[in-house]
Amino acid sequence: MPPGTRHIFTQQPELPPSVLKFIVRRLILLVPILFGLSLFMVVFLHLLPGDPCGAILGEHSTAENLARCQHGLGLDKPLYQQYFEYMSGVFHGDFGVSATNKVSVATSFLTRFPATIELAVSAMIIAIGVGIPLGVAAAKRQYSLFDNFATVASLIGISIPIFFLGLLLQYVFGVWLHWLPTAGRYDLGAYSYDGAGTNFLLWESLVIDHDPAKFADVVRHLILPALALGTIPLAVVARITRSAVIEVLSEDYVRTARAKGLTSRRVDSRHVLRNAMLPIVTVIGLQTGLLLGGAVLTEQIFSWGGVGNWLFQAAVDKDFVVIQSGALILATIFVVVNLLVDISYAYLNPRIRYS
Amino acid sequence: MTTIVDLDGVSPVAEGRVVGPPPPADVLLDVRGLKTHFHVMDGTVAAVDGVDFQLRRGETLGLVGESGCGKSVTSLTIMRLIDIPPGEIVAGEIWFDGREILSLPMSDMRQIRGADMSMIFQEPMTSLNPVFTVGNQIAEAVKAHRQVSNKEAWNRAVEMLEAVGIPSPERRVKQYPHELSGGMRQRVMIAMALSCDPKLIIADEPTTALDVTIQAQILELIKSMQERTGAALLLITHDLAVVAETVQRMAVMYAGKIVETGTAEDVLLNPKHPYTQGLITSIPSNVARGQRLNVIRGTVPNPFRMPGGCRFQPRCPMAFEPCRDFDPPLRTTDPGRRAACWLHYPASERPTSRDVATSATPMQTERVAKQ
Repeated sequence: MPPGTRHIFTQQPELPPSVLKFIVRRLILLVPILFGLSLFMVVFLHLLPGDPCGAILGEHSTAENLARCQHGLGLDKPLYQQYFEYMSGVFHGDFGVSATNKVSVATSFLTRFPATIELAVSAMIIAIGVGIPLGVAAAKRQYSLFDNFATVASLIGISIPIFFLGLLLQYVFGVWLHWLPTAGRYDLGAYSYDGAGTNFLLWESLVIDHDPAKFADVVRHLILPALALGTIPLAVVARITRSAVIEVLSEDYVRTARAKGLTSRRVDSRHVLRNAMLPIVTVIGLQTGLLLGGAVLTEQIFSWGGVGNWLFQAAVDKDFVVIQSGALILATIFVVVNLLVDISYAYLNPRIRYS
Repeated sequence: MTTIVDLDGVSPVAEGRVVGPPPPADVLLDVRGLKTHFHVMDGTVAAVDGVDFQLRRGETLGLVGESGCGKSVTSLTIMRLIDIPPGEIVAGEIWFDGREILSLPMSDMRQIRGADMSMIFQEPMTSLNPVFTVGNQIAEAVKAHRQVSNKEAWNRAVEMLEAVGIPSPERRVKQYPHELSGGMRQRVMIAMALSCDPKLIIADEPTTALDVTIQAQILELIKSMQERTGAALLLITHDLAVVAETVQRMAVMYAGKIVETGTAEDVLLNPKHPYTQGLITSIPSNVARGQRLNVIRGTVPNPFRMPGGCRFQPRCPMAFEPCRDFDPPLRTTDPGRRAACWLHYPASERPTSRDVATSATPMQTERVAKQ
């Protein structure tokens, strides 16, 4: 192929300046969202009975101890002052320190978030990799035995409780078949990881340590929790794909594409799927955002050191600062993921203009 | 009949079926006894129920009829773009360029589609894919049939846009369908259909969705492109004025059957079939101002319950004895003229009520047997 001709079939619409403006405006919108959320969190958390001191002191909680602890954490100050001090810290990049273990929230988050990302992304890869082909296949054979089977399987996938599915997977593949490990992110007895690293164990084991066996160990630990976590998004993606593809298949331009003499595969992969991607991408974005917020049940069941586990523990301990900061960070991530989805629309659908 | 579910479109008709002899070499398209039925929840719709016509190389033929008479289904069957199921090609042969295309495997049919026969659709608004540039979509058609580089295919797209009269084609070729007007999009559709120099162009109501001021331009374009390339044209329309301006011969369709064929001039000036007569006399320009317009009484028959005998008989002002029970086959009335009406049969050839069991047409026997 002569140089300079590839653009014909791979050309990408250039991002017009209006998209940049759109991004900036959406990021500015983040400010009131985060302010509102922080205010809500502070007020709401303090309305609940109890505080972190109860959890810290446990059976040692006497009135005197409690007062000293509360004073130490600044919980005896007026609420507006606590909020102001907390927010001024946030503005300086200080998300506070956990009341229970005295570790800074930022540090805890940064060590735990990679675990959540690895789990969430793996779950989404399973969901997308299986869900889209399943949905397309079901749509192409609407009301066939296969389609009905896929529908029932999707409904089961959506309605099965994660804790049950997680335990089932652990029992079948871990206890019964001994194929896969059931807890943790790696084999604690065989390997160790440098605490100063990124904590992305897939990356660390393969790229930093150049150790395929170590990498395989991490992957093996990832499979069951990713399956458990990916089941619901998989079912949702399959359902949305099916309905989107069915809708697009009846479009006139699909008939035009067939009338051109294109192969069935090319019609499906190019003309149908590209148009069906809009609703699918929306769902993928929402599901990814949700999973990045941490999967409490999955992380609990598989002893996965992610943010879900961490925030759950913070809620049990009434660790105000951790809950507040964690919520703020996750809300920001959720908004950014959805912003990325919105931007991807511009690529998928040239009719969209951001104004 | 065995039907093989083919997700790519149509199943071949029953394997090992016997087809007739090929038509003479100058006949590009020969449709014989074509029946396309749709099996839907409420029963079976005989959308096309015995259609015969021929189209010679380079000839233009108008297929005329009201909405729902089966003209679009006829064209989609020729392209083999009918979804099977719910559709089924019950009977008939389609000879195209020396081959019987209903028995071709889909891979062979795919090579014909878009290359030797191509189609211009009714709705330019929805017939182009919104997420690809028009150049991309034309180049794709070229690449599907010719061993050319992307660059050559792209250049061909620019060249075709220029040929269909789109100004500054180098700029337009990079635009998306939504950036073009309806008339422009139809020009793009025409460019796409003609990009591989087809021998047959099927235009299915190409101007119906367009603004009246644009309609004439598009028709003129189709006609001039047809003349320039020497392709045959099958123009499907409900608009007699369009036929009069564009085609040499015409075929009138009613309720899934051809009722009359002939040169456009003959049929329009001297219609033989009462249905055609009704259509022509209901054109407002044929009536003096202040006079009542002629109408065809009644409505198109319910596709699930076609009337017995001649399908037009319940609405026909001239219906007489044989029409109720016998469906008239097409009969040559004059050289180059055919009509399906008992009026044009000599009295000796008309069936009488005593003939029910013996001389009814096969179609008729079937129906009688069911009743």
